[in-house]
Amino acid sequence: MSFAPVTVFVPKDAAALSVGADDVGAALLNEAQKHNFEINLVRNGSRGLLWLEPLVEVDTPNGRMAYGPVTPEDVSGLFEADFLSGGAHALSHGKTDDIPYLANQERVTFARCGLIDPLDLKAYEAHGGLVGLRKALSLGPEEIVVAVKSSGLRGRGGAGFPTGIKWETARTASADQKYICCNADEGDSGTFADRMLMEGDPFALLEGMVIAGRAVGADTGYIYIRSEYPHAIQSMRAAIAIWEGANLLGDDIAGSGQAFHMHMRVGAGAYICGEESSMLDSLEGKRGQVRAKPPIPAISGLFGKPTIVNNVLSLAAVPFILSRGADAYKTYGQGESRGTQPFQLAGDIARGGLVEKAFGVTLSELVNDFGGGTRSGHLVRTAQVGGPLGAYIPETGFDVSMDYESLADAGAMLGHGGVVVFNDTVDMAQQARFAMEFCEIESCGKCTPCRIGSVRGKETLDKIIAGEDLKGNLKVLNDLCILMTDASLCAMGGLTPMPVKSALKHFPDDFNSARQPVE
Amino acid sequence: MPELNQNPLVVDACKGFGNRPENLIEILHVVQNCAGHLSDEDLRSIADALNLTRAEVHGVVSFYHDFRRKRPGKTIIKICMAEACQAVGCKSIKDHAEETLSTAMGETSVNGDVTLEPIYCLGNCALGPAVMVDGALHGRVTAERFDALVLEASS
Ligand SMILES: Cc1cc2nc3c(=O)[nH]c(=O)nc-3n(C[C@H](O)[C@H](O)[C@H](O)COP(=O)(O)O)c2cc1C
Ligand code: SF4
Ligand code: FES
Repeated sequence: MSFAPVTVFVPKDAAALSVGADDVGAALLNEAQKHNFEINLVRNGSRGLLWLEPLVEVDTPNGRMAYGPVTPEDVSGLFEADFLSGGAHALSHGKTDDIPYLANQERVTFARCGLIDPLDLKAYEAHGGLVGLRKALSLGPEEIVVAVKSSGLRGRGGAGFPTGIKWETARTASADQKYICCNADEGDSGTFADRMLMEGDPFALLEGMVIAGRAVGADTGYIYIRSEYPHAIQSMRAAIAIWEGANLLGDDIAGSGQAFHMHMRVGAGAYICGEESSMLDSLEGKRGQVRAKPPIPAISGLFGKPTIVNNVLSLAAVPFILSRGADAYKTYGQGESRGTQPFQLAGDIARGGLVEKAFGVTLSELVNDFGGGTRSGHLVRTAQVGGPLGAYIPETGFDVSMDYESLADAGAMLGHGGVVVFNDTVDMAQQARFAMEFCEIESCGKCTPCRIGSVRGKETLDKIIAGEDLKGNLKVLNDLCILMTDASLCAMGGLTPMPVKSALKHFPDDFNSARQPVE
Repeated sequence: MPELNQNPLVVDACKGFGNRPENLIEILHVVQNCAGHLSDEDLRSIADALNLTRAEVHGVVSFYHDFRRKRPGKTIIKICMAEACQAVGCKSIKDHAEETLSTAMGETSVNGDVTLEPIYCLGNCALGPAVMVDGALHGRVTAERFDALVLEASS
């Protein structure tokens, strides 16, 4: 038994808190006191092995040892098993780094997440933080843009637009004011990587934004976070205050003469505000209605000024690209899909969590090898990939490679990298109906194909589900899908047909089960 | 142009944000967080302070799901109804909640104790069904756990 203070990690990530991490932390302190042990309790981010949360880690001479999922009731048993020295216990998983789920990942953007206290700046630096920023401050704007361009990084928010090209457009635009806006609206069901990063490694996002500011000549940044994420909001606010205090934000960043000021804005429960132009209107205090393009935001965005809108993960990938080089980033992935993607395994899945892999991992590897199939014990039937606007891929199609091109070829899309697993009890007609209903609830209302089309789509699916004139109504639904795809102003209305049509294509029987059509 | 019956909370909130119209959403959040909901009088004061029309303010308030015009219950329970939670049975949690609380989704119980609302993703999609009770996130919620959460909130 050791008597020197042992460091014990209990995450304060929202997912860990949702299953009792605070109570576990309190129980650990309590029990340690009882045994007269001194422990140094660190509240880290989550390592992304969410099915093991609350995951307690102990720093031992042999490395960090993992125990989970731990309940407060387990704590006295852990002390009895001498877990502070890494002792054996039913909840032990050995060394955290050796857990296959983690060992088989390529952690680039999430390399630090879960390792440290997210608000400990010294620990951030000790784990490779600020190297990218210092490098950027030593380079000219053009050199930064070139690095981001040649890294092959594409936007991780859904549209997959090359980040470097967007930056180049904003860099060469001349204006008295430019902005960097971080899109942290993460509204897609099945996604939580932005949240995990903002809670587990918020400085990485700030670092990416300051670098973006230097690259395009913007001295002001906004982070737009959805209100559904109170923990991420708190974490980012605290991180900004720490960076301001450390002179990493302000008029003269680290004595470089570069200025950057950061602001936070909290959304108000509107999925469409994740669409970039809608987000800009929301940032201006207005209804979050989609703007017609052109002009693109990089030319005329927030308050009419050149504006970079990037997803959290796009921005957080940038420090690595600067510190380790564009080539180091580019070696991951394949084709036009370069780097890594933090995939998120969700829904009915045994081992849900965050899996960062180079593009090219298959859906089957994610769902079966990492995810371990369903949590319920039922058979896997389908996975919806890429959020509520993404396709339902049948289990027979799980050999698809997870990259932009292969998914597009399969009639699907990567979106923000969410994978939602459904078991064999799912009714795909209901899922198709929900896609239309969601579009009805969240449509910004600006254009008719989406605003009215979604309502008609839902009604038509209700008729189909009730078995009314199946043939006729399927034709109506098909026509509606074509109209919404072709004539909607943005991808909300334009992509809602994707889950609907994929459900129809791969699971036609689900639309035919209720009643035979009455001729 | 100060008027009679101005709620000092509202005046302060607006002033705190420089009476600037681009901060309207922030101001609405602050006022709602303190007052529980957005009353007609408060919206009028906000419009005055920011030099916006009442129609403009109403347009923003009605656009966003977060903003409420009616006083909510003492406890606000949000049940995630999005796909990843659907895949692990959020519908049965919703049915259970509506039945045990005798309150439909989107409504406040007659005794004013709880407001029940659907929400579309809480970012806890690997540990669903997810529920938020007065801002606290809960995962892997079962019917029994739901009852316990309601009990905790009311005690
Ligand atoms: C309906 C809709 C919702 C969207 N939601 C998000 C979101 O939550 N987060 C995000 O980063 N991008 C979202 N996008 C994509 C943005 O419009 C935009 O492409 C992205 O923020 C650009 O950043 P990136 O290039 O770094 O991906 C959404 C798009 C649409 C049409
Ligand atoms: S498609 Fe829908 S969300 Fe997009 S602009 Fe049209 S109405 Fe608005
Ligand atoms: S879908 Fe329920 S928390 Fe994301």
